[in-house]
Amino acid sequence: MAEFFQFLVSGLTVGAVYALVALGFTLIYNASDVVNFAQGEFVMLGGMVTVFAHAAGVPLPLAALLAIAVAVVVGIGLYWLAIAPARGASAVSLIIITIGASIFLRGVAQVVFDKQFHKLPSFSGDTPVQMMGAAVQPQSFWVIGGAAVVVLLLYVFLERTLVGKAVLATSANKLAAKLVGINTATIMALAFGGSAAIGGIAGVLITPITLTSYDVGTLLALKGFAAAMLGGMGNPLGALAGGLLLGLLEAFGAGYVSSTYKDAFAFIVILAVLFVAPQGLFGRRAVERV
Amino acid sequence: MREWFRHRYVSLVVLAVVIALLPLVFPSSYYYRVAALVWVSALAAIGLNILMGKAGQVSLGHAGFFGIGAYAVAIGPTHFGVPSFASLLIGAVLSAVLAYLVGRPILRLKGHYLAIATLGLGVLVALAITTESRWTGGPDGMPVAKLVIFGWRASGSDTWYWITAGMLLVGTWLALNLDDTPTGRAFRALHDSEIAARVAGVNVNRFKLQAFVIAAVYASLAGSALALMNGFVNPDQAGFLHSVEMVTMVVLGGLGSVIGSIVGAAVLIMLPQALTIFQEYEHLLLGFIIIVSMIFMRDGIVPMLAKWMGRRA
Repeated sequence: MAEFFQFLVSGLTVGAVYALVALGFTLIYNASDVVNFAQGEFVMLGGMVTVFAHAAGVPLPLAALLAIAVAVVVGIGLYWLAIAPARGASAVSLIIITIGASIFLRGVAQVVFDKQFHKLPSFSGDTPVQMMGAAVQPQSFWVIGGAAVVVLLLYVFLERTLVGKAVLATSANKLAAKLVGINTATIMALAFGGSAAIGGIAGVLITPITLTSYDVGTLLALKGFAAAMLGGMGNPLGALAGGLLLGLLEAFGAGYVSSTYKDAFAFIVILAVLFVAPQGLFGRRAVERV
Repeated sequence: MREWFRHRYVSLVVLAVVIALLPLVFPSSYYYRVAALVWVSALAAIGLNILMGKAGQVSLGHAGFFGIGAYAVAIGPTHFGVPSFASLLIGAVLSAVLAYLVGRPILRLKGHYLAIATLGLGVLVALAITTESRWTGGPDGMPVAKLVIFGWRASGSDTWYWITAGMLLVGTWLALNLDDTPTGRAFRALHDSEIAARVAGVNVNRFKLQAFVIAAVYASLAGSALALMNGFVNPDQAGFLHSVEMVTMVVLGGLGSVIGSIVGAAVLIMLPQALTIFQEYEHLLLGFIIIVSMIFMRDGIVPMLAKWMGRRA
């Protein structure tokens, strides 16, 4: 039982990060139809900038804010400099552009920072909390709680604010949104900035547990993309569920089956799910027009 | 001028001439090696282009098949005493069988769902290669025995230049021929509109599967050739980034253009070689170049040049 609970907590912790990355994918995909493979780099930036700012003497909370701000600037820059000029390019070309951006950002991080692994101190100490016989790292609460707050804020923003509604309108139908006077280009830039902020926060929260380095983004982007697909691309609730599910699968798979194949479970399950439900677990069946 | 470009065998002859003349301007054996790398990558890219450019299906896991080919010629001779050449064929058959079995359910998917499914397939192959270190040497990779044909040992950059060039010429010839066969026409139909193709009586699922299997075999053979040439394999060759590199070659060169795939491969192989002088900045520049070329050369290099020359002529 203690073992089960231990796996549950570690699964939810990692899953929360996957969910945030998947949410970032979803936000950008909805607003601009772009699958942003540089999403993992926002997480990397969140972690790396915090580490280096903190090492330079900036207090941790300020360093974290700075890191998120850097991620947002990079996200908006990515939109204006790489995505907006490629308007009308095919989906594959856009994917390659974002992959190019991810290689570029990794290259920049390698030059500006270094190639070492880095750790952040835990936000509230390293004394494990005993729960149901399992030892839970306090940082896990920060990750899960932080993710919950982000999701809640995003929900309120989208449903309760005018700008949020404009985002929803843009994702529902770009042309109609334009016709009612929404500046869709600004909205898309906003979506990139928002996704970057979400990714940056995930990076700040998880770095005390998993360490960070200039190249952690790739695998995170793959997992986040997988989580978004598992839940059904473009569905925020699906992204959340997909991320948590993926984290749990990995934790239990690694705990009970084989830890060397930890990273494989995610993709095996995704292949299996897609065989049965080609639109993901919560995806709508799209109607194809000829 | 455009008509001239379109003629099937002209590009093949030009390619053969280029291959024959290139060594005349090579200052050192290092250039043989870089060129051989280009031929190998081009072979894989042409295969992938049949799937992406002609049949209109994306694969983000193609390095998986490349890895199967590479590790087949590594594992066959080392662990089972199977000669290299037979191992290469076994690798190709394995890739074809895997593509056939997995392709059936995967290819029902569309767009991003197809992308993630193929990506998953590639990641699983790479993971298996990294994890089963008893067979594959794990993350460190393993040595590959030299290719021996009738007692003749293939080694040296110039030898491999000619072997890989020969493979590329055959691969190019087959791909160019495909265009005018019923299969090639079926691919084109399903590229333009799957529903229209279905209505016109094209067995969509069968042809998608066929393109997937062909692409897998091309990648597998290219993987085997690279492993034999290097005398060494490592899991990176099956990794996600290599898959991305292949897709980039295809799109950069021009979707649907066989010659484009060769040009795309040449650009992406030679760039990092040229960028090593910048070492620190290699990734930064590579990423930048990918972004800029995708923004400004959307159709790919070869179709863009063809269009440009067509306008002038």
